[in-house]
Amino acid sequence: MTAGTGIGARVLRREDKRFLTGTGRYVDDLPLARATYAYFLRSPHAHAKIKSIDTAKAKAMPGVVEIFTGKDTADAKMGGLICGWVVKDKNGEPHKAPAHPVMALDTVRYVGDTVAMIVANSIDEAKDAAEAIKVDYEVKPANVDLAHALDKGAPQVHPEAPGNLIYDWEIGVKADVDAAFAKAAHVTKLDVVNNRLIPNAMEPRAAAAEYDKGTGNYTLWSTSQNPHVLRLILSAFVLGIPEHKLRVVAPDVGGGFGSKIFCYNEETMVCWAASRVGRPIKWTAERSESFMTDAHGRDHVTHAELAMDKDGKFLALKVETIANMGAYLSTFSTAVPTYLYATLLAGQYTTPLIYANVKAAVTHTAPVDAYRGAGRPEATFVIESIVSKAAVEMKMDTAELRRKNFIPKEAFPYQTPVALQYDSGNYPPIIDEAIKISGYKDFESRRAEAKSRGKLRGIGFSSYIEACGLAPSNVVGSLGAGVGQWESAQIKFNPTGNVQVMTGAHSHGQGHETTFAQLIHDRLGVPMDQIEIVHGDTSTTPFGMGTYGSRSLAVGGSAIMKATDKIIAKGKKVAAHLMEADVADVEFENGSFKVAGTDKSVPLGQVVFAAYVPHNYPLAEVEPGMDENAFYDPANFVYPSGTQICEVEIDPDTGKVEVIAHTAVDDFGNIINPMIVEGQVHGGIVQGVGQALFENAVYDKGTGQLISGSYMDYTMPRADNFPSFKLGYKTTPCPHNPLGVKGCGEAGAIAAPAAVMNAVRDALAPLGIKHVEMPATPLNIWQTIQGAHGVAAE
Amino acid sequence: MTLSVAMTVNGKAVSGKVEARTLLVQFLRENLGMTGTHVGCDTSQCGACVVDVDGKSVKSCTMLAVQAEGTKVTTIEGLAPSADKLHPMQEAFRDNHALQCGFCTPGMVMSAIDMVKRNNYQLDEATVRRELEGNLCRCTGYHNIVKAILAAAPAMKSAGV
Repeated sequence: MTAGTGIGARVLRREDKRFLTGTGRYVDDLPLARATYAYFLRSPHAHAKIKSIDTAKAKAMPGVVEIFTGKDTADAKMGGLICGWVVKDKNGEPHKAPAHPVMALDTVRYVGDTVAMIVANSIDEAKDAAEAIKVDYEVKPANVDLAHALDKGAPQVHPEAPGNLIYDWEIGVKADVDAAFAKAAHVTKLDVVNNRLIPNAMEPRAAAAEYDKGTGNYTLWSTSQNPHVLRLILSAFVLGIPEHKLRVVAPDVGGGFGSKIFCYNEETMVCWAASRVGRPIKWTAERSESFMTDAHGRDHVTHAELAMDKDGKFLALKVETIANMGAYLSTFSTAVPTYLYATLLAGQYTTPLIYANVKAAVTHTAPVDAYRGAGRPEATFVIESIVSKAAVEMKMDTAELRRKNFIPKEAFPYQTPVALQYDSGNYPPIIDEAIKISGYKDFESRRAEAKSRGKLRGIGFSSYIEACGLAPSNVVGSLGAGVGQWESAQIKFNPTGNVQVMTGAHSHGQGHETTFAQLIHDRLGVPMDQIEIVHGDTSTTPFGMGTYGSRSLAVGGSAIMKATDKIIAKGKKVAAHLMEADVADVEFENGSFKVAGTDKSVPLGQVVFAAYVPHNYPLAEVEPGMDENAFYDPANFVYPSGTQICEVEIDPDTGKVEVIAHTAVDDFGNIINPMIVEGQVHGGIVQGVGQALFENAVYDKGTGQLISGSYMDYTMPRADNFPSFKLGYKTTPCPHNPLGVKGCGEAGAIAAPAAVMNAVRDALAPLGIKHVEMPATPLNIWQTIQGAHGVAAE
Repeated sequence: MTLSVAMTVNGKAVSGKVEARTLLVQFLRENLGMTGTHVGCDTSQCGACVVDVDGKSVKSCTMLAVQAEGTKVTTIEGLAPSADKLHPMQEAFRDNHALQCGFCTPGMVMSAIDMVKRNNYQLDEATVRRELEGNLCRCTGYHNIVKAILAAAPAMKSAGV
């Protein structure tokens, strides 16, 4: 660990003071003069035809400024929301792309679908008016049961998607995999549901917009993880406001976890209506609206089979998954269960042959899209569940079976059978460290001790691989991505020597204002208090892709490093002139330019000043100013890896699962700020354990009502559900980015569910129980235990 | 119906016109422009809106503004003794990286101070975790929040706050 404030130091966060003193600025905090307030009337039905909407009475109510419905958006020829990733099905056909109107036109397709927008002088008046709108619905049968969403006769969601099928996609050669299965000594089979989750960033989604009649410019403030991408979508596809006339600002944003990547109905309407209303409009979701309408996560039904030889060496893996898309295709929904899921199915193992088939289905539920980990947690859950099950069936130690199949260190770069080429990694030391920290070797004595108290104790492993920091633009483009995957940075020195660093990445909890400043401080020697990190505003930052998929440091940080190279290169020319030296002899270190082999030096601040006041300056060769930008397109994904070990205790009388200990050992490459990285891992683990033990988005199968639609019904992980965590690191630097870093934001959530569930299954194994689905709630476990005698008797 | 309401917020006398249904948190955020207190849910579960009313910790989304008539309210904005000095709990949150996105933070800090005082400045990990039941955080996994509160308890005692 490095002392001080540079790379590797535990620098306290610069953003904390404003958050701790109540002076952060989130979208809902914006003071906008003469603001109006928007409220959305939403569908109470999962599937219905809208026969009529009567807004006359509501329009006459006190404080109501305007009411918009789907008809207004159709009259204005507003475009629909888009899905930005074209996945081709196994016949080479692009996926089905049903229309996604911003406001429902004649049909509502999930509970929460937007039916009318009421704009009023106060939010209470808007809500009062919403109650006075009469909508005549013809209720139709809803399709909400994913396992049967593609069945013949299931209610149809869209005419453009016959049979509710969006795509039938595959990777790998099925015949080769089948041949390997035919020769297997043992096949382990697994049927598993990856339960649906609701992201629940603590700040609800919000939008505010203002239209300047004089200039024709719009400003949209949005709780967005990627304001440039939001602007691009709104400009090019939905609203037709030219990009240069639309400014999108994502100020302080209270968590995202993926759910704030996407372009949503409400922010689109708020922006569009601002010019029609002629006053600013503010909208903030109530939590119940967040539950209903934030893009949900996960929701897979999977059958997997693993073929092994007699020694437990993996020969082939076969996976069939149905993935829920919800009612409409959200911005990146199609990519999640394909390129972010099936391509990860090799995990940390040398499995030579893999075949995966993914069918994406539309249902009458909220749209489903990327949520912390996005596809990779689902892949890890399949692999690590089936590997643990295989160890039980093969009567092998679960760690030993993993170790036997790990990709060896010498094999990197390693080409998997599912498209990815892992750049670096060294898995055995990671699992060894996790075993050491967790005290795995003494586990059986703890199990026996727990048994003496009437408790069932279990331990579970999960060794994950992640592909993040998306990735060469030409590669993702060839796979159907509608955008590039580079990141931008601009380093702008001011004449007095302080510096503003503009990044296209966006911080909504990740601490970029600290980590990115550490990069600048370390590389350019500028004191931390003279560095400002600027993000989240399309009018002040260069176009960038925003923050998701653990990409900010690996891609955005690399862009910053590239821009520092340009600053140093230009500074050398200026310094050479000031020191009357040859530029080839000028070196830069510790914030000063020096002439090699002499004691001549000039500090960066003086070079910057000379560049802005170029009186003694090589104007013929070098432009004035010190302001450089860079775009960095990664050469490959980055591949963090790690092992988590979870230890649980179950009370068989109540079914309650208690997490006793949870260990995570990760390889994130080089670490810039260990304090921030640990925080990311803690938060990720809790989200992963939350999925395994508590969280579950439940729709009533008959009516399509969201049953778990509030914090009274959807169990959020709370502080007393957890012990303190034990973390460790092993490092193999990323070989292809300038910082040698990998991503750390999603790892915790990717690995944890399988670790927990393997522990739960291990705890219940003495009762003859072989399988438990997530979430392992007390009810689920208690019922499983009650049924176990029958299972054991089989 | 418009009503008048007056109270003391962070040591200053304030007043305003509200509706009977106006919540304390709305009064703070909209009438007074004090946006440090946040709204994270609509069922009194998340705790982002916790403030102190006459020495009691209150979810300000669950109290009407008119119910706070004549009270002394302390919000996150009123904790730091000066512009460059933080309350020991705020300090402990920063030192222990107990916040990420910052949205739940005001309520966490307010609840934590109340917790320390109610427990006479003596806390253990299990107590802290149990008493955080009414505050949700989605970023930190609570690990560092627990650490921060345990560190702040003796610091508050020695600072006499």
